[in-house]
Amino acid sequence: MELTVGAVQFFWKPEQWAEFHAELADVPVDRVVLGELVCSKRLPFYQDLIPDAVARLQAAGKEVVLTSLALITLKRERKLTAELAGMGCEVEINDLTALSYLPEGAAFSVGALVNVYNEGTLNWLADKGARRICLPPELPLASIEALAKAGAARGVAIEVWGHGRLPLAISGRCYHSRLYNRPKDNCQYACEEDPDGRPVETLEGQSFLAINGVQTLSDSHACAARQVEKLRAAGVSALRLSPQSKGFADLCRGYRAVLEGTMSAEALVADLIASDPDLRLSDGFIDGARGVDWSGLREPA
Amino acid sequence: MSETPDQIPIFPLWPGRALRLAPLRPLQLGLNRFVARLAREHPKMFRRLGEHGAKRFEIDPVDLPVVILLEPREGAPRVTLARATQPHDARIAGPLAALLGMVHGAYDGDALFFSRDLVIEGDTAAVLALRNAIDAAELDLAAEIEALAGPARGMVERIVALAEKRTGVALTRHEEAEAW
Amino acid sequence: MEIVCPAGTPAALRAAVKAGAHTVYCGFADETNARNFPGLNFERDEMRESIARAHEHGAKVLIAINTYPRAGAEALWHRAVADAAGCGADAIILADPGLLAFAAREFPDLRRHLSVQAAAANADIINFYAAEFGVKRVVLPRVLSVPEIAAINAETDVETEVFVFGGLCVMAEGRCSLSSYATGKSPNMNGVCSPASHVEYREEAGRLDARLGGYTIHRVGAGEPAPYPTLCKGCFTAGDKTGHLFEDPVSLNAEALMPALQKAGVTALKIEGRQRSVSYVSQVVRNFRAAVDALEAGLPMPEGMLARLSEGQAGTTGAYKKTWR
Repeated sequence: MELTVGAVQFFWKPEQWAEFHAELADVPVDRVVLGELVCSKRLPFYQDLIPDAVARLQAAGKEVVLTSLALITLKRERKLTAELAGMGCEVEINDLTALSYLPEGAAFSVGALVNVYNEGTLNWLADKGARRICLPPELPLASIEALAKAGAARGVAIEVWGHGRLPLAISGRCYHSRLYNRPKDNCQYACEEDPDGRPVETLEGQSFLAINGVQTLSDSHACAARQVEKLRAAGVSALRLSPQSKGFADLCRGYRAVLEGTMSAEALVADLIASDPDLRLSDGFIDGARGVDWSGLREPA
Repeated sequence: MSETPDQIPIFPLWPGRALRLAPLRPLQLGLNRFVARLAREHPKMFRRLGEHGAKRFEIDPVDLPVVILLEPREGAPRVTLARATQPHDARIAGPLAALLGMVHGAYDGDALFFSRDLVIEGDTAAVLALRNAIDAAELDLAAEIEALAGPARGMVERIVALAEKRTGVALTRHEEAEAW
Repeated sequence: MEIVCPAGTPAALRAAVKAGAHTVYCGFADETNARNFPGLNFERDEMRESIARAHEHGAKVLIAINTYPRAGAEALWHRAVADAAGCGADAIILADPGLLAFAAREFPDLRRHLSVQAAAANADIINFYAAEFGVKRVVLPRVLSVPEIAAINAETDVETEVFVFGGLCVMAEGRCSLSSYATGKSPNMNGVCSPASHVEYREEAGRLDARLGGYTIHRVGAGEPAPYPTLCKGCFTAGDKTGHLFEDPVSLNAEALMPALQKAGVTALKIEGRQRSVSYVSQVVRNFRAAVDALEAGLPMPEGMLARLSEGQAGTTGAYKKTWR
């Protein structure tokens, strides 16, 4: 199995963004998705850094893909998305709108925020030129198996959400702005304060979600380490690791070691928890009753 | 919503007092005859309950000194009257007027819940199934009782009309259900 | 403008038609539609009979088959499309591209509407759906403002339908897994959001706690209105702020915006609430039919109607006003 690094979901300072992608060049991953997924207002702050990052990662032998926004409504966003096709990299569509701008027959990837739930949709996308699909994180193993099989028949690689806070919802409303009682148009980039999202707890203090501008994520970090064998058997060809502000290079190396069989899943999980005692893991979407469930031992809180 | 009136009528005190003293058994017998008729006349209502047809519902009219344990038993319903709570899967509590008004389409169940006139406990999905099944059946409890009353039908009709007028409780269905 | 009204049961469908619905939408009693609630929806014979009756009264019936078919089990959704055609539906409301492709191929004469669950939020994607699958109408997601709706209508020939009343999704529809994260059941896969089967109410000394999948979503004091524990309308804490971080427990009421929506070129106004009672359907439909009739006749909107409909329930105009964002 391969490793894909997903687009950064959060709003990072330009220096942090550049540093993160520079470091990735030396990390054992196969593919990197670049660009803005969540909010078009963030892009101007770092878009000039993208060409350098692309060149550097390609030079390091990585495949580089550019993502579309997850929710395209404004005229400016439509224009931005239409221009993606001409940037010289493969496009990962995360809103079907992006598909409408791609030249007929162009190869493209499909990100985790496009609803690919069944063979019919997979086949339709394959007809359009899809060659790689990262499945929606909420899909259970039975669906992953069926789709990996259908993908194999069409030459479409199937990728699964491997690690990181789960993208649970996207909205027209910005929750960071709402937190500060600011209109979205004058958000003052409040989301920049939370490089891994703003934690959301219930009234009883249970950790639950994380807010990231117009996006809502899980509190728990999805972790497919303990599911690798099942996913491999299902025919999944890559795991997607979602960028986080701390310890990401080590995390990638850990997953690589698990895939290569030089490290056990339990050892990786133990390392992850040791590096952040506050970390909560989940793999329930793949193989549990609820998304938040975790198949491993829960550390005492 | 306007379905929730400012004030849901509270059942007058005297029937409650009478119930406190009266033996429940004859009433329970009558109620069982009544729900047996409902099961015959409205088989679809029980089908709508699906898996929830095997659950036990406690209906608690809070202005009466009794609770009703309703077991749909997948179309062979049974009703038990009791003075105190019985083992159940789900409980629905509210003024009798709210409960009857909901059955007769006078009130919207969600609105009664939002306004806290209705209290739901236990198996929420079962309560929802029961509410939806009853709503879909468009029951008219008074009409069903009248049908059971045989020769006494006219008298029962008059009693129902009088009771409705005196209490403000929707004992019968006022929207005409048939005209399609 | 056409009003498109909800029906969770044959009784509600009849009530909607009697109350003046031009069009009613409903679904089969299974996971093929996004209101797959216990005790709700239509068996095949009920659907056939209800559609025939609605047609006699000059009303149209749309069938929502708007969940995302499960991999390995698409036949269930394909059968729903075939049965919708067989029952005489005036259109089907679909969200999944694979299912749209199937319907366009196998039942080209059955009119196709794009469900709100597809969250098609701009003219380009709407025109793309029309070109790919022959979609004739799109139900717009609840993330757009009125000027944005007008702009979309200026750029497409596809009819637009917008929600004017009822429950409000805060997230882009069909793109939210909050429910399955907490309960394992999702709108996309199971046709339920924050399902009753995972709701637990606890009332103590007048204080009502509502939990969903073990998470406390609401806590209301004695006498305060009790909202349904929908995840995105829950009360949470982020840092030092506690409140309804995503959305207040309100429901949409865009009645006052009807003239603006008409000017924006909207074809149909949709009322949410297939899970609500016959009583609710009758009242809301009657009110909206009166409003739309007044609007078409150039008369002032009926007095006091807004207040009556919103009583006891907080209303919002949602994303139709840009400040909502």
